[in-house]
Amino acid sequence: HGPYQPHEPGYGLYQPGYSPYDDQIPDLNSQKLAIENAKAYLLESSTVSGLNLYDHLTNMLTKILDERPTNAVDIIENISKDVKWAQFQKKMDTLRDEHEILPTFEAAEKRKALFLRANGEGAEELEEEIGETPLPNVMETAFYFEQAGIGLSKDESYHIFLALKNLITVHPIQTCRFWGKILGLEMNYIIAEVQYRDGEEEEEEAEEEEVTEEGEKEMGEIEEEDEDEEKEKDEPPKSTYKPPPVIPKEANGTGANKYVYFVCNEPGKPWVKLPPVTPAQIVCARKIKKFFTGRLDAPVVSFPPFPGNEANYLRAQIARISAGTQISPIGFYQFAEEEGDEDEEVGRDTYEENPDFQPLPVAEMVDSLSSWVHHVQSILMQGRCVWLNPIQKSEEEEDEEDEEEEKAEEPEELQQEVGPPLLTPLSEDEGIQNIPAWTAQPSTNLIPHHAAAILQSNRWPGAYAFACGRNFDNIYFGWGHKYSPENHSPALPPPVQAEYPSGPEITETTDPTVEEEQAFKAAQEKALAAGEEEEEEEEEAAEDDEEDDD
Amino acid sequence: MEAASLPAGLELVAGGGAGLSPEKRAVLGSSLLLLQRDYRFERVWFWGCIQGVRGAYYIAEGLGPDRAAPRSRLYSLNCVEWSLLPPATKEMVAQAEQLKGRFQGDPSFEYENTEINAEDAEGLIEDGKELLMKEEARLVATIEQIDRAVGIIPRGAFLKTPLGSVHENRNFEGLSLTEAKKLSSYFHFTEPVNLKNKTLLEKADLDPSTDFLDSLEHDVPQGSWTVQLEKGGTVVVLRSLLWLGLTFYHVPMTKQYGYVYFGTGEKNLDLPFML
Repeated sequence: HGPYQPHEPGYGLYQPGYSPYDDQIPDLNSQKLAIENAKAYLLESSTVSGLNLYDHLTNMLTKILDERPTNAVDIIENISKDVKWAQFQKKMDTLRDEHEILPTFEAAEKRKALFLRANGEGAEELEEEIGETPLPNVMETAFYFEQAGIGLSKDESYHIFLALKNLITVHPIQTCRFWGKILGLEMNYIIAEVQYRDGEEEEEEAEEEEVTEEGEKEMGEIEEEDEDEEKEKDEPPKSTYKPPPVIPKEANGTGANKYVYFVCNEPGKPWVKLPPVTPAQIVCARKIKKFFTGRLDAPVVSFPPFPGNEANYLRAQIARISAGTQISPIGFYQFAEEEGDEDEEVGRDTYEENPDFQPLPVAEMVDSLSSWVHHVQSILMQGRCVWLNPIQKSEEEEDEEDEEEEKAEEPEELQQEVGPPLLTPLSEDEGIQNIPAWTAQPSTNLIPHHAAAILQSNRWPGAYAFACGRNFDNIYFGWGHKYSPENHSPALPPPVQAEYPSGPEITETTDPTVEEEQAFKAAQEKALAAGEEEEEEEEEAAEDDEEDDD
Repeated sequence: MEAASLPAGLELVAGGGAGLSPEKRAVLGSSLLLLQRDYRFERVWFWGCIQGVRGAYYIAEGLGPDRAAPRSRLYSLNCVEWSLLPPATKEMVAQAEQLKGRFQGDPSFEYENTEINAEDAEGLIEDGKELLMKEEARLVATIEQIDRAVGIIPRGAFLKTPLGSVHENRNFEGLSLTEAKKLSSYFHFTEPVNLKNKTLLEKADLDPSTDFLDSLEHDVPQGSWTVQLEKGGTVVVLRSLLWLGLTFYHVPMTKQYGYVYFGTGEKNLDLPFML
């Protein structure tokens, strides 16, 4: 009727009810016809989609009236889209959808399995062992750390609690502790620190040694074959390269291998034991910085090449973190009384709990760092906790000064200066540039009576420790790397090795210059000339002789 | 993350070991509400916590009617009293990029750029002010950098109206599980940089109301995000490796999502070596 397009003259001027034609009452018939025309237009099917506007509007209005959303006019376009999209959803189909087995369901199964009690023998054993169990009270530790804002959600902590309980029932374990969680790219690691019962450990070692021996035998056979082949051909000059002596790893139960570590990706998955760490792995781990992927068999591609796969790298980092950040309040641990010289070269590596421990007040624990001590031996430059002199040459390793380890590389000197290196107080820790090694805070300033002292490490971000009365613990949540304010610069490749020793017989002499050549030529000519004169004299002399003879 | 979903959200990002103590959680519930009242924000986000050597900064952001407008940022040392931070300028960001090391924990601490002193001391005597930077300014610049680089939202969570302003999408029901594992379903919540560089074919598939931001797919270096399913596969957690400590969570098929930063406020420049 009126102008509908914006470009037509008079658009917008005629409001419904005020159009100039309204006073004319149209015929009922023509009105009906107009309505029917409009309806026919709306019922027109679209050539593209087969829908028609009439049905679509009907469905939309039905949906709006059913659901009654607020401010429907603002989301009308979305409602329209939803109605159109609903067309494509099958309502009744002869084919039934197979129930999707989402991976979430499987994971839920595993987590539920944690909560099931082992049947039969499990119940009886529980009654016997309720008194003493190596299981740590993970929830209590989590509570204290939560006061500082550190820690996993309660759900996850409880799952880890149950997973540790499973670990203890499977392996013969004397002490167990939740060490922490290391994040990775694809999956994370949950780590438990464990000590075997004496005697049980030997069985496990024997199994491992058999496996490694078999591996070595195979290597031996392969090497022999290569040597046979070489003897047939001309032997190339043998290299005079002697690799530096391999420093043996420390025995299980001592030094860096004092504890055994089990890891799993998620509580509910089986625990995997990490292999013991070798000094070469620790030395190399200090030079590289790599994220963990979450798979223990992943290769570690780096320079210098890491001797091992991710399981070894993980174990090396755990060893470094433990050596640097496991602390306890002073006096909690003490050395067992021994008869003997205190000036032994080998530092004492065993300690026991002090039955007369008096906990210091929280304020003091926070203010002075000397009220905390390290109770894990530090790792020397060599990669071991106890220095071992490699057999052939005396290595110069102790002389190398490095920025990293805060402890003594020369145990003899510092042992006498500062107390025993094992229980050294934190005030001896070096900071990085102008940052102290530890940040100490009470867990709350508002309620000091029940606060706990919380320490965060600045050298290993993610390492925390708390102390509250007689309770204390350490934990690690992080990516597993040390903090360095400078960017990581990877080690440069070593200089190219000389192929052969240089000596006079293979060194090239320098070519003579032009002047030298000319001088040499002149000298030669002189010599020739001198030679000719002599010959002439000799000839004359000979001729004279001949003449004389005649 | 939204102030209203703080308790639930903190539970979901706790996989990284960082969180807030019960004391802070309790006080944030009320102090963020009061922030909303005092500054007349429409939404208040708890941005996270930057750990300094001697103290920590707790950061909150307030949003106005246009969610994509520059946000007001506030910081607090104890989650009770908040101070407004000045908006970030390019010079601040450029200066802050040269600073290395941890935050001190004291907002009035002044950094001295001692490296330049030895070489160009004469030339810079006139520009003496440039040598000093206050920690507050460094804080502002760092938050701006982090938001710009790694502040993310799921695709479809925000809509751009024809007038240009950005609102939450009321019809957003959450990403499906398969979509949630892909990096292309997440956008940087900041001015898009790469959008114009897409080919015409790609642009034709985009919906201008929802796809008006850069997705995470083409982030450099590749692999700078980790996508993990936690809590038995019920939560998708994205962690940034460029700014260690930024965690984004989303529960698929629900409206719950958010990101929070718990860290030291330092960029991880060693990332290419570590991957």
